[in-house]
Amino acid sequence: MSILHTVNKSPFEKNALSSCLGHTKSGDGVLLIEDAVYGALKGTKSSDQVEAAKSTVGLYVLGPDLAARGLAADRLLDGVTVVDYGGFVDLVAKYDTTQAWL
Amino acid sequence: MKFGIVVNEGPYTHQAADSAYQFTKAVLEKGHEVFRVFFYHDGVNNGTRLTVPPGDERDIQKNWTALAEEHKVDLVICIAAAQRRGILDANEAKRQGKDADNIAPGFRISGLGQLIEAGIEADRLVTFGD
Repeated sequence: MSILHTVNKSPFEKNALSSCLGHTKSGDGVLLIEDAVYGALKGTKSSDQVEAAKSTVGLYVLGPDLAARGLAADRLLDGVTVVDYGGFVDLVAKYDTTQAWL
Repeated sequence: MKFGIVVNEGPYTHQAADSAYQFTKAVLEKGHEVFRVFFYHDGVNNGTRLTVPPGDERDIQKNWTALAEEHKVDLVICIAAAQRRGILDANEAKRQGKDADNIAPGFRISGLGQLIEAGIEADRLVTFGD
């Protein structure tokens, strides 16, 4: 059963993203929303762990939350897909269940 | 597809109440059904009609109420969480001997069974919180 994991806290504030990536199975998805969008950036201390996950896990980031923080697409790790709220809904539908890492 | 949505954070706290609202709107725009939005923990504070945000800012409570009115979305506030935080409808205010109620239009107060039912009836349950 595939799981869409949602993370909403910055990796520089909480370890939710790190915990989440440590629990994902192959075929799962991870969607970064709110302050967790910082986890989609390249060149940070969490980038390596996120980068390592992309071979087994679908990585997504919420575009409106990137834009709200002034983060341009050229700062994102390769392989991270930007989605809008409609895309968020599609992801929830695509994966069998959703787990929020609160 | 039927969606259930859980909101565990109050308005104007971090971003969860806004995210939950935007997500709920997108679910409806995509043509899916929203079985219920359940407000739990500090999320119950989304349902007071007495908030007065600045005029040039989003009004989170009014946004929820508009969704309920336009799309018949069932907005349910957890009774135990609500009583602790002073969110009352007319019946509860009377029952508890309080002099006022403050529940916003479109919201209703009920029990945790409504969350369990949403978990059973909805195809997907999505949680927003802090």
